[in-house]
Amino acid sequence: MKISTFFYTLWQGVRNLFRNGWYSLASISTIAACLFLFGLFFSVVFNIRNILMTAEEAVSVTVFFNEDVSDERVAAFESEIWKRSGVGDVVFHDDDEIWAEFGSKYYGPDYATGFPENPLEGDHNYEIFLNDVSMQDSLVHWLESQSEVRKVNYSEVTADTLTGVNSLIAYVSIAIIVILLAVSIFLISNTVRVGISVRAEEISIMKYVGATDFFVRAPFVLEGILIGLIGSVIPLLLIHELYDYVIKYVTDRFAILSSLLNFLPIDEIFRYLMPVSLIVGVGIGFFGSLATVRKHLRV
Amino acid sequence: MTSKDKKQLKREKFVDENGIIFLDHVSMNYPEQGAPAIDDISLRIDRGEFVFITGDSGSGKSTMIKLLLRELVCTSGNVYVNGYNTKKLRHGQIPKFRRSLGVVFQDFRLLRDRNVYENVAFAQRIIEVPSAQMRRNVPSILSMVGLAGKYKSDVRKLSGGEQQRVALARALINKPSILLADEPTGNLDPNNSWEIMNMIEEINEMGTTVVVVTHSPEIVNAMKKRVVTMRKGIIISDEQEGLYINED
Repeated sequence: MKISTFFYTLWQGVRNLFRNGWYSLASISTIAACLFLFGLFFSVVFNIRNILMTAEEAVSVTVFFNEDVSDERVAAFESEIWKRSGVGDVVFHDDDEIWAEFGSKYYGPDYATGFPENPLEGDHNYEIFLNDVSMQDSLVHWLESQSEVRKVNYSEVTADTLTGVNSLIAYVSIAIIVILLAVSIFLISNTVRVGISVRAEEISIMKYVGATDFFVRAPFVLEGILIGLIGSVIPLLLIHELYDYVIKYVTDRFAILSSLLNFLPIDEIFRYLMPVSLIVGVGIGFFGSLATVRKHLRV
Repeated sequence: MTSKDKKQLKREKFVDENGIIFLDHVSMNYPEQGAPAIDDISLRIDRGEFVFITGDSGSGKSTMIKLLLRELVCTSGNVYVNGYNTKKLRHGQIPKFRRSLGVVFQDFRLLRDRNVYENVAFAQRIIEVPSAQMRRNVPSILSMVGLAGKYKSDVRKLSGGEQQRVALARALINKPSILLADEPTGNLDPNNSWEIMNMIEEINEMGTTVVVVTHSPEIVNAMKKRVVTMRKGIIISDEQEGLYINED
């Protein structure tokens, strides 16, 4: 291909956008609306997952040891805990430290005067934090089966609820994202098809004059890509601008839940949302126009 | 000599021996129709000829043009145009084949969103003529069809006669060896019709083979050219300096 033909094709693709202004506007609006919805849902799901993950990280299992277990054995036990899957962190709490914290909190700075000995002696423990809260059952089961272990404290309800909500969110979000994408692809390719169908005559004229398939197709495909690109950039910009306002509004409105509502920064969301939106928009524009033009090329 | 040159020579030789257009026992059946649109016709048109194809609706004229353009492929027989056997053309070869033809339609078929210059230049774009040469060729052909001053005009704002001249300029700019005109005066008033036909005759005098499909008795009878008359898919008459034959 000559350079002049290459630039001609580029120019025609850009011109097509303006020549068919209403069609371009309809296509861009459809893509933008679909991807905006997709982006909104994506942001919500990402934040819910983040909140759940934060909640999961706060869920811990506390393990206490029998009095006759030596300090060396307790220390060695930590490495055995680390071998279990799903363990995110293990924190050792010395019984003196526990008493110092508990005593000063509930009895004031002079707490030690009434208690010459540490009433919590022997309550040294490991607090185990999990990466995956669904692993709690198996960890607790294992801990309880160890001869050194006196008691295991955990919240079965919290872990089960979090696991259940997590699975529900995962399934629902996958289903909704798939449906949203399918609807977007259907709407967008329909718009592209209608737009190109009205130009079937133009394509047939080009073919009668002796234009190759590539020569006919290239400007339309480029136009499709541009429509897809613009249609995906608009919702990204909107979401980028709106995100902080919405987060601020929710945080102000539900200040009581501020410790729970741990929102992700927009950059974190965009790390995934931006490539997905651009690929979907440009991909639909590209493949939609390619497939539609091909139907009219058999002249 | 490259294989391309050899093929070209072979086609030239075929044209010399069998004519620039050669239909060899051609039939065309549309699946949805019972009777064939074209039924075992043979026709030879030599280089430089001017031929009218006439006949009433349903006689097979349009099907013949579509076969010559390789828009359709005949169901039996062979259609040779410019030495190409259209039946054997692969999809990728069709554009090159069509560039050797100029085509004019009754409804002009111009690119509506482009001006006069761009419509004519489009035919040069597809064969990648350098821009500088294009800037010389397009005004020259537009001046030949009498539209030199209207190169910037929107084609939708031109009269029917002017639009057909643009179509003619587009058909001729790549110097085709054959000009196929499908009812070129069908949408024009008598004055414009004659202007277009005179232009087509001039083009023929310059050496281009011309095939005009028409059902205008006035034009056919006045021009005294070879007339091929079709009826119900067969050729019922083929005469030099013929006259239009009415179905009645």
